[in-house]
Amino acid sequence: MKLEGKKAVWSEYQKEIADDNYFYVRSCIRQNFFPGSEVAFLKIMKEELKKDVYEHPCHTTCSGIGYHADVVPVDTAMTVVARQFAMMTEAGYKNYVPSCITSFGLYTEILETWHHFPEVEAKVREYLRKATGREFEKPQNLAHASDVIFKFRKEIAAKAKFKLINKNTGAPLKVVDHIGCHYAKMFPSKGVGGAEYPYVLAGMIEEWGGEVIDYPERRHCCGFGFRQYLVQANRGFSIACSKEKFESMKPFKPDMIITNCPGCPMFLDRWQYVINEMEGKKYGQNNEGIPVFTYEEVAGLVLGYDPWDLGLQMHQTDCEPVLDKMGIEYDPEMKHSLKSGLGNSRIKNLITI
Amino acid sequence: MGKQIVVIGAGVAGMEAAGQLAKFGYEVSLIEKEKSSGGHINNWYKLFPDRRNSSEVKEYLDSVISGKGIKMIAGTTIEKVTRGKNHFLLDTAGGEQLTADAVVIATGFDLFKSSRKEEYGYGIYDNVITSADLEDMFRKGSIKKADGSTPGKFGLVHCVGSRDEKVGNLYCSKLCCVTAVKQAIEIREHLSDSKVFCFYMDMRMGGAYYEELYREAQEVWGVNFIRGKVSEASESINKKLIVKVEDTLAGRPLKMELDMLVLMAGMEMSEGGKQISQMAGLNTGENRFFLPADHHFGSNKSNIKGIFYAGTCTAPMNITETISHARGAVSDVIDYLNNGVS
Repeated sequence: MKLEGKKAVWSEYQKEIADDNYFYVRSCIRQNFFPGSEVAFLKIMKEELKKDVYEHPCHTTCSGIGYHADVVPVDTAMTVVARQFAMMTEAGYKNYVPSCITSFGLYTEILETWHHFPEVEAKVREYLRKATGREFEKPQNLAHASDVIFKFRKEIAAKAKFKLINKNTGAPLKVVDHIGCHYAKMFPSKGVGGAEYPYVLAGMIEEWGGEVIDYPERRHCCGFGFRQYLVQANRGFSIACSKEKFESMKPFKPDMIITNCPGCPMFLDRWQYVINEMEGKKYGQNNEGIPVFTYEEVAGLVLGYDPWDLGLQMHQTDCEPVLDKMGIEYDPEMKHSLKSGLGNSRIKNLITI
Repeated sequence: MGKQIVVIGAGVAGMEAAGQLAKFGYEVSLIEKEKSSGGHINNWYKLFPDRRNSSEVKEYLDSVISGKGIKMIAGTTIEKVTRGKNHFLLDTAGGEQLTADAVVIATGFDLFKSSRKEEYGYGIYDNVITSADLEDMFRKGSIKKADGSTPGKFGLVHCVGSRDEKVGNLYCSKLCCVTAVKQAIEIREHLSDSKVFCFYMDMRMGGAYYEELYREAQEVWGVNFIRGKVSEASESINKKLIVKVEDTLAGRPLKMELDMLVLMAGMEMSEGGKQISQMAGLNTGENRFFLPADHHFGSNKSNIKGIFYAGTCTAPMNITETISHARGAVSDVIDYLNNGVS
């Protein structure tokens, strides 16, 4: 593999990412899957980078999950999105930052649709006006939250307490970057680095000391794929997709996986446990799984945040092997405890039962 | 003093046009951006359909321009075209100003830059090469992978940069199918133990004896033809290429491990042609090649009186067609200079 070839592709796909003053919208599902991630994003943006990030208390789902599952019609999805934009406008913001990749894809798709078919935009404005009395401006800048962290990856590196480096060997950690399908596959020009060789996570990995692994199935779906999982009968296909990826990446001996989509870390993490239960098979080294992280969790670890504050105890595939390699100290006793220390014995009792 | 004609481009079309015009007694200046004449044919090994060595065609073309009346100006480009009442002034990058009663544009084509098809990994994965790279290996008599080992399993991808809306080229480059067939046979000739798979959308074997070559590839050389586009290429830990293809005849997706992937790069309007079109105000078509005045009766004529086209600057053509087209341009130039018809 020639890195200069990839750099040439990356140079073709640069996107504008706003500097400050973000209107942030959360994901429907991330807070259940990996609850520390969005909190970490806000902490990094506000406390580390001193940026203005605003969250509107009344924002809702973008409805993308229903749209891609064929249960929400496109006109409804557009009107819901228009309402989100109205809240951004009312709050005085112009830079829109969704936490979710599918939201980012849906917003991009809708803005492109409105660009090419202004009559559709006019129709949606009318729907919103009739339903809520609201008006809206379109965002001046639309960037996924991972784009924003990518933009400030050097600033984060400058404050790093830990690097993606094995403290015992001094070697860079081998990292698989997995990009959500809706990030750039639909609109390659809207993603950092394009669709074939996305740079958004690779740039973070490089900057924070790791080494990106290019493995044959890196473009393959994580296994969520909406209908693969949402339709119960298709779930065998969902786990087969994830297994395809694990089999493909295993020979490269990855230390960890980083993702930027709500569903990807969930499925890459949980299905490893299920495959192990079904077949007794693990894909990491030393008979361990491959820990799976969100990019916010990794940024938080690099900045020295407590692993349990980041919610790493919610991962089904244990993250400790990566913490140990990076030299991050943690209290195993606190893994399932509240901050006060309560709950530890209760969890232990549950495990015993 | 006889009439003066400037021919821009000393590839197959330009050399043929210049040679034929000189035979009729015109004074011809033949401009070439490279240091020597011949164009793409210098890089080719053998030609379809009869597998003649390309050097034979080059020798013929060299003999055509070796007569009197041709001034070869190599290593320069045209920087400015000025129209007079009945003549043109052409300024070269070398500071020379040429006067022409007529101009023949023979700026040819550029090969599609295969790195634009990012999913195939040209320029990223070591053993993804183009048809032009493979010709170079044939000429050197050594087909090797990047690590110096001998490849055993080849994939040839048709239509790279042709019939592809994603890269903005809706047209067929016409010669890639037969080039793939020719190269598949040549791979088998060079490496008798090799296996060759051609991935195609349609087999467009429209030239004389092309279909026969296609049959020979299958019946004599055992080349496998799979109807389907390659969707992506990647590299395994042992540096093998992994390609994903949809086999549309079998109706199923296919994943295959290969030693070498060869991209049949299509033809595009040359950069030199684009510059000339802008500086002279010449029309180009939706395919970005020069647009002839009439596709049926005026394929050598332009929208400017006194400027004519020869060869692949107007559309993809094989060498036979290119030489015929160049001779057509000569006929139109003579008609124009003698009778004022353009």
